[in-house]
Amino acid sequence: MIKIENLTHIYNSGQNENIRAIDNLTLEIHSGEHIAVLGHNGCGKSTLAKHLNALLLPTEGTVVIDDVDTANEADLWTIRQMVGMVFQNPDNQLVATTVEEDVAFGPENLGLAPEIIRERVDSALAAVGMTDFRDKGPHLLSGGQKQRVAIAGVIAMRPQYIVFDEPTAMLDPRGRQEVIATMQKLNREEGLTIINITHFMDEAVLADRVIVMGNGKIILEGTPREVFAQVDILKEMRLDVPPIAELAALLHKEIESIPLNIITVEELVNILCP
Amino acid sequence: MLKDITIGQYINGDSFIHKMDPRSKILVIMLYMIALFIVNNVVGYLSVVIVSIVIVLVSQVPLKFFLKGLKPMVFIVILTVVLQMIMTPGEIVYWQWGFLKITQEGLIQAVFLGTRLILLVSITSVLTLTTTPISLTDGIEYLLKPFKKIGVPAHELAMMMTIALRFIPTLIEETDKIMKAQSARGADFESGNLIERAKALIPLLVPLFLSAFKRADELAMAMEARCYHGGENRTRMKVLRYTYRDGLALIAAVLLLIWAFVSKLF
Repeated sequence: MIKIENLTHIYNSGQNENIRAIDNLTLEIHSGEHIAVLGHNGCGKSTLAKHLNALLLPTEGTVVIDDVDTANEADLWTIRQMVGMVFQNPDNQLVATTVEEDVAFGPENLGLAPEIIRERVDSALAAVGMTDFRDKGPHLLSGGQKQRVAIAGVIAMRPQYIVFDEPTAMLDPRGRQEVIATMQKLNREEGLTIINITHFMDEAVLADRVIVMGNGKIILEGTPREVFAQVDILKEMRLDVPPIAELAALLHKEIESIPLNIITVEELVNILCP
Repeated sequence: MLKDITIGQYINGDSFIHKMDPRSKILVIMLYMIALFIVNNVVGYLSVVIVSIVIVLVSQVPLKFFLKGLKPMVFIVILTVVLQMIMTPGEIVYWQWGFLKITQEGLIQAVFLGTRLILLVSITSVLTLTTTPISLTDGIEYLLKPFKKIGVPAHELAMMMTIALRFIPTLIEETDKIMKAQSARGADFESGNLIERAKALIPLLVPLFLSAFKRADELAMAMEARCYHGGENRTRMKVLRYTYRDGLALIAAVLLLIWAFVSKLF
């Protein structure tokens, strides 16, 4: 379980101006959960992500991962092993010149024995379906494939939590589908806790819990159904609402019997044509 | 197409030399070079030439790749040979014009020097043609390890080489993209004199450098997130292993070196 308590992060913008990227935020993330964090650019969601594996440390408050405080420098590498991170740009997180060498990079840093690394690399590549590309150079892969290799590199370290920091923002629709499918598979089949930071609503709909951030604070929190029913608040924050939720909200204004908490096409169809 | 570029000159193969450990390949080549610089007479040179031909044949790399490697060296080889030929003083003079003269000693020295240069380039090409850049990097890292004590950053050098190899294709692709984008806005990279052309490169280089720094920043963070903390306590998935081949090659190299000393007596 990840426990974030009264987390505040203040950084200096360089013009002697202190910016509160995260403002007194408290949040609990349970093991096995799939969480989506939504929010506008500059709402603090990436800053929050970087606190989860001690890339950034709290100015105030605490972040505790399975009883390990991220502020504790001695446990730094334990924390980074427990919480993996996949970044936005697939090109800038691959280190080695072949796919399998890159997947091996994390386990190599952990100082594991060569046979164990081999085993983990093989199973990680199989888990993301990239085994056939093991000897290829990263520059020969598509964006979605690169991002899957990056995910393999993270799961080869056997983390309990994976933080995805806008992993699909730079991908084409097909690459996005590949990454989302991999993410869901890891959550359902391997029981990994997924924290997906995104601004795509269709990804947020897949989560168990959605957290909407604004100005470093949590604005809304709940199941996708609960959150997307709040069409007005989301619009006010200039966030997109899934088109079906918006349609349901518009119909709700005219016809009371149509509920607000609709997030899939099938549900609306079932209500309109019972 | 840019996607097809290969880094290094590695030619895929299955020969004795391909299968050797990169560390022993580097060591053997160093011994070979010492031998090459020791020999100083016909017997010595002849033996080195024969050994080199054997090496090239064993490597099973088509001859054209060696010729390709020699091409840029042609000018330097000719220049040194000619200089050696006309500047060496000697007893038996075949031709003279002012202070320039062709002597018997000069001719012999020129042939020796030319042979030496050509062999040097060819045999180092064997190394790069039969070893992938990755294993070459690994080999260098292992060989430099003993010098860590005197402050040689072996792991860091190897990591830098790996990252450079990894990002060469990425940056070439990016250069291509920026060039097209700037050309679309009227930038002209192809006409004008040297200074004008150099100036035209500024709108290409500035964005390229900016993005390279951004990439470096993100890559460093991604590496840290994957527990990278330098070479300490780091293991490798692929462990280099010496085989009987390496033993054979090293013994052969030492024998060549001894023979090079002996050949001086003839």
